[in-house]
Amino acid sequence: MVSPNTPETPGDAAAPSAAPRSIHDVVIRLAGNSQDGIQSVGGFLARLAGRSDQDVMTYMTIPSTISGGPSIFQVRMGTGDILSSGDRADILVAFYQHSYDAHISSLRPGGVLLYDSDHVTPVEGDNRFTQIAVPITSGTVEAVGGAGKDKGKNIYILGLIARVFDLDVQKLAALIKERFGGKNEDIVRNAMLAFDAGYAWPQNNLHDLFYRFEAIDLATRASGRPQVTMDGNQALAYGLLAAGVRHGAGYPITPWSSIMETLRTELPKYGGLFVQCEDEIAAISTAIGFSYTGHLAITGSSGPGLSLKMEALGWATMAEMPLIVVNVQRGGPSTGMPTNVEQSDLLQAIYGSHGDTPRVVLSPKNVEDCFYIAMEACRIARTYSTPVIILSDMALASRIEAFDEPDFPKLMVDPKADLSDRGADFKPYPLDAITRHAPPGSKIGSGKYPTVTGLEHDELGHPTGSSKLHTQMTAKRREKIKKLGASLPAPELNGDAAGDVLLVTWGSTWGPALEALKRINTAGVTGGHLHLRHIHPLPDGLEDIFNRYRKIVVAEINDEGLYGFGQLAMMLRARYANPAIVSVTKTDGLTFKISEIVAGVARQLQSAHLDATLSVAQPSALAKK
Amino acid sequence: MSSPTLFSPPTPAITTAVPLTKKILTADHPTWCPGCGDFAVLASFYRVLEKLQYPHEKIVTFAGIGCSSRFPYFVNTHGGHYIHGRALPFAAGISLGNDDLHVFVFGGDGDGFSIGGNHLVHTARKNVNLTYVIMDNSVYGLTKKQTSPTSPIGFKTKTDPTGAIDQPINPMRTLLNTGATFVARSHATQVNHMVEMMTRAAKHPGFSVVEILSECVEFYAGAFDSSIPRKGGTWSLIQEKKHDGTPEDADRHDVTDEVAAFKLAGQAWPGSFGVFYENNVRKTKNVLEAELVTKARERTKNATDLQLLQATFAKMR
Ligand SMILES: Cc1ncc(C[n+]2csc(CCOP(=O)(O)OP(=O)(O)O)c2C)c(N)n1
Ligand code: SF4
Ligand SMILES: [Mg+2]
Repeated sequence: MVSPNTPETPGDAAAPSAAPRSIHDVVIRLAGNSQDGIQSVGGFLARLAGRSDQDVMTYMTIPSTISGGPSIFQVRMGTGDILSSGDRADILVAFYQHSYDAHISSLRPGGVLLYDSDHVTPVEGDNRFTQIAVPITSGTVEAVGGAGKDKGKNIYILGLIARVFDLDVQKLAALIKERFGGKNEDIVRNAMLAFDAGYAWPQNNLHDLFYRFEAIDLATRASGRPQVTMDGNQALAYGLLAAGVRHGAGYPITPWSSIMETLRTELPKYGGLFVQCEDEIAAISTAIGFSYTGHLAITGSSGPGLSLKMEALGWATMAEMPLIVVNVQRGGPSTGMPTNVEQSDLLQAIYGSHGDTPRVVLSPKNVEDCFYIAMEACRIARTYSTPVIILSDMALASRIEAFDEPDFPKLMVDPKADLSDRGADFKPYPLDAITRHAPPGSKIGSGKYPTVTGLEHDELGHPTGSSKLHTQMTAKRREKIKKLGASLPAPELNGDAAGDVLLVTWGSTWGPALEALKRINTAGVTGGHLHLRHIHPLPDGLEDIFNRYRKIVVAEINDEGLYGFGQLAMMLRARYANPAIVSVTKTDGLTFKISEIVAGVARQLQSAHLDATLSVAQPSALAKK
Repeated sequence: MSSPTLFSPPTPAITTAVPLTKKILTADHPTWCPGCGDFAVLASFYRVLEKLQYPHEKIVTFAGIGCSSRFPYFVNTHGGHYIHGRALPFAAGISLGNDDLHVFVFGGDGDGFSIGGNHLVHTARKNVNLTYVIMDNSVYGLTKKQTSPTSPIGFKTKTDPTGAIDQPINPMRTLLNTGATFVARSHATQVNHMVEMMTRAAKHPGFSVVEILSECVEFYAGAFDSSIPRKGGTWSLIQEKKHDGTPEDADRHDVTDEVAAFKLAGQAWPGSFGVFYENNVRKTKNVLEAELVTKARERTKNATDLQLLQATFAKMR
């Protein structure tokens, strides 16, 4: 492999002596400060992996301070399905002493520590890991020189990683050029100088670290479409665009903001618009106003903002207006942990309202699913003339994954509003049919124009105090959501169809739970994993599935509450009255580790055997044999 | 904000060549107390629509919550009754969602200046193209006599049994401050004046607001007597500049002069009635958003939605 700038010299950057060792996947954690651009290293690796038909998952922390302060980026890359960010790292790149101190414990035994010898002094003789001193700062300064000082350390490390994992240097160089191409020539040149310096760092210092990812099984990439790499918020925004959403309104809050930023930028190209409002109440109101004109609209927020939208959501339920509400969950209550993950808005989403408001709540399982759940939410909102809440979370919002490009020609939804004439018998709220509103601009054959209203009403929208009508209309609003429930596909069930344990998850816990299931099964425990994308209404048939397992363990990132059950567990217990439903919860603001789920299952099954498998440390695949 | 691609072509089946009359525009019988000032506002609004003759299906009457906010039930047009204080952002969605519509919002002083105060500021400053009529009775009518943000100091209510103690807002100053591009004041006892103000407001391109003093006979009878001549009050009309070069004209009010408008707003109670301020120069949000679309469409060479999404995803490979 030839470095793109420098011709290969057989001197210091000599070709590796041995053939690369084959590995399935690797977890690389970069730890430094936020101004070091380590996120962009992760971004390059993620996109490279996407272009190489590898599945990519990244895990990123954003420090609460905007600049300065510690920051990490973790990328797991490999062949085939990568389900989670990985419990622990195989490689830790430590830029500073504090990075080393804070993250060395995340390294697996047998893993590799690459540390900046200009800043870090590791514990001497720590033979749990392969420790490699790399003069990251001085190497970068030497390569780039000039006023940039150590800017480019990130790219230097990228070069080094490219060498260790035998990555496609041509593709990486192309990505670097694309990334910096818009800026001046010097920046691209400096970046390439740093990259080459890292790549050419003497091989013999690397202790024969040389790997290559297993060859991809092309049959698993049958879609025939290339892979794309993006985060969950992007996928969600583009899913809405594909679904024909052209109007929206919002108010900024982390981690929802990037969805509204994307839509504000993209929508005008599609003839639409996104309004930044004065607050979340105005935002949902404007969005419902858009929907009223016949354009299904989106609003969104994170937990505190969803709370502000509740009264208007009640109106949308009563007036039966289609609407998409995205809630990218973070740690709560109140400002809570704004840059951490939590699944603690479930009950707010389902029940947080005045009055009887049957809600539709969906949740994506991974980044790719953010795209498809957005499309599905739009279909449901239109078909049932109802608000639909999408519960994403901080982990999905900021995580980068690669997935097959959607089949756009097949999926695109026509955004046109229907302003056709309505017949003389038009009723906005028929008791025997699902509401189909006539947007303003459409003529009504009877000459009697409808009022959409939050007061209880008769079929024509006239306010009423009739107890009979309130009972009938409440049932009308409830029954259409039940009808939706009955139409839903059976949820994804993996593993054994019956057995000791059924793991139940929702949202971003999907991946870690699937990996946990493998560990559980490998340990000889029979069990399956059921994942819910449709959380409210629930799909039919869960009762029978639950009955086939001894324990139903619901794993979710929220508190066990006053009665010892997480939010989904509580709802499932109420719904199925099945005492076998139990909870594994946590509130540390981080995504589930596989080991945490396995430990939770072990606790619930009182399985000493399963517990024992946990105490065996999983060595890194990079460990020297 | 209308884009031709976002609407299906209306089918020309129903032909309404019939002119809009009060009879056609009348819907449910108002539930207001006999003698409530809001009746006159409604009657004037029918006359405004009779004058303007907009296509029936393109008129939208919208409101929040309050006695005054029941308005849309009494007008036979597309319309809605939303939640307390939030009708303006909803109506902004209607106006920006379909620029072809004529959007009217009605509400009370509590709805507009209290719970909805912040929305008023922002819908106005954005100059969203719609007309807002505030029926100010200086009290909370629907909830039966609590203090409102325009209740004068000393007015006894159920929440201020010994008389209101908080400084009321000055509606005209507040409205001028929001950046609204058309600000007028009228009185429910002056039907012709209301019709004129609402008609001018409707024709104004941008955010137009008319505050109408509308007596709540049930909970604040006599509130506005000081501006009713037959009750001994003075009706003081704003004389607008005619730009006719006459010496009298120098003293008349220039509606484009914001400073003069603020001066008028500072007059002692009961103050003057008419158009305080009008700005036809500032672009509406509807126009500004449409310009963004035009520019973006030029930049993307009118690519289809499918082409746009595919191109975006190609960059993320
Ligand atoms: C969120 C919310 N808070 C309070 C109310 C109760 N409420 C209804 S109307 C109203 C005040 C009405 O006063 P105003 O807007 O001046 O209208 P009026 O009845 O005087 O015409 C209040 C407090 C409500 N409907 N919703
Ligand atoms: S309570 Fe007052 S505002 Fe309400 S209808 Fe009666 S008179 Fe009018
Ligand atoms: Mg009032």
